[in-house]
Amino acid sequence: MTDDPKMQAEVQSDVRKNPRRIAFILRRTSPHVKTQDDTRVMTYPTALSRFVIALEVAFVLLVWISLLANAPLEGIADPMHTPNPAKAPWYFLGLQELLHYFPPMVAGVLVPGLVVGALIVIPYFNINIEGESLWARDRKRRLLVLGVVLAAFCVFLLVFDVIVALVPTILIGGLMLWSARFSAESPKLFQRWLSSKPLSFWIMSWFLVELTVLTVVGTFFRGPGWSWVLPWKS
Amino acid sequence: MSMATTIKSEFERLRNTEVWRTIFRSGSGASNLHRAQAVQQNIFLHLFSVKVRSRALEFSPTWYLGALTLSTFFILIATGILLMFYYHPSVPQAYADMKDLQFVVASGVFLRNLHRWSAHAMVFLVFAHMFKVFYRGAYRPPRQFNWVVGVFLLLLTLLLSYTGYLLPWDQLAFWAVTVGSNIAKAVPFMGKQIRFLMLGGNEVNANALLRFYVLHCVILPLAAILMVGVHFWRIRKDGGLYVPEKKKL
Repeated sequence: MTDDPKMQAEVQSDVRKNPRRIAFILRRTSPHVKTQDDTRVMTYPTALSRFVIALEVAFVLLVWISLLANAPLEGIADPMHTPNPAKAPWYFLGLQELLHYFPPMVAGVLVPGLVVGALIVIPYFNINIEGESLWARDRKRRLLVLGVVLAAFCVFLLVFDVIVALVPTILIGGLMLWSARFSAESPKLFQRWLSSKPLSFWIMSWFLVELTVLTVVGTFFRGPGWSWVLPWKS
Repeated sequence: MSMATTIKSEFERLRNTEVWRTIFRSGSGASNLHRAQAVQQNIFLHLFSVKVRSRALEFSPTWYLGALTLSTFFILIATGILLMFYYHPSVPQAYADMKDLQFVVASGVFLRNLHRWSAHAMVFLVFAHMFKVFYRGAYRPPRQFNWVVGVFLLLLTLLLSYTGYLLPWDQLAFWAVTVGSNIAKAVPFMGKQIRFLMLGGNEVNANALLRFYVLHCVILPLAAILMVGVHFWRIRKDGGLYVPEKKKL
């Protein structure tokens, strides 16, 4: 609100005495809707019917799966008989894989805490919002800093023998450093695309690949005593 | 008169009855005003704007991952309520109920399959939705807060799935939850207390089953429904589904 005496908001609630109402149009409080020449359609029925189709597709597919495959059910819970290996649900097997290398304090508390924290703050960093290419400015310095950080992280993973996490790190990290060679003037589309990516893209892609690899390894390639097994040789 | 036109005219008559018009105030008619009112005057639909950009409804921007996630959530609520009719959260009755679903209840196996596979599908779709939103940059202003709501919905989904995992009370359920709850012990200073609060004891037992049941069937679904409501309402408040600005040619 403003302190300007000419702009005092009316606070009386009796409309017979004070029939005027003031609407304050404040800047930056409305969603930044760009009214371009975008065509618009009605939510009902167009968007709603699209949703119903999505619902039907999901339902039909899941009914088919449910008719073909049964949900697992083992013997009754027995605290005296530990299965080997005892596995968490699949979406936690990436974490369980990390538990194999690091103490529970790190793999079970610190890592998931950091992941959730990092996900929450993504939209509050300017660097993520501008989406500027990683190599647009300070190319040499950034290359040096990121190269050192990446190398240190790889050594750390190597010391703890976490080969499973090391391979995706080298792949994505290497691709990131390699992309510094290219610019918007590079001849190939793929090279231009790589060079245009911001740092957040590389971090998120690294997270996605790590998540996938760790989960797949934990789900399919780990057997008794958390040793390596091949899923097709049971 | 053909069958279709008969049904259509009967439906039209129904929509003009007094009772119908007290429920749906927009009444019959196919003008855009009527269509706007159908959204605006419905408590559930009024979370959404009355018009959407047609580009936002194309397949490629979203792959409909949000809609598919909501679909699995609906299936889970429906099958979950039906499963509750056949389930007792007690030891060893819980496991006996699984066997009853398998051998006694008509379509019991199918019901449990549909609930379980939909749950896995929902976890997968929530992750996919999140990555899709990230790579499109749809978390950027003014949509920052809706991204945060989405992260909490991801956590709620994982908790829902995890609490449901214990309920069959078989070896798979018991040891998966034992592995998970041991991690809680590693939290510094208050790990043991957190685990005790979570399980209602020092190990996974009948108390833990009851706690997970109440969380799975009451607290977490209500929290999820509330947050989904906020998530949708924010889409409208933040200017609709994100579509990148058209490049001027």
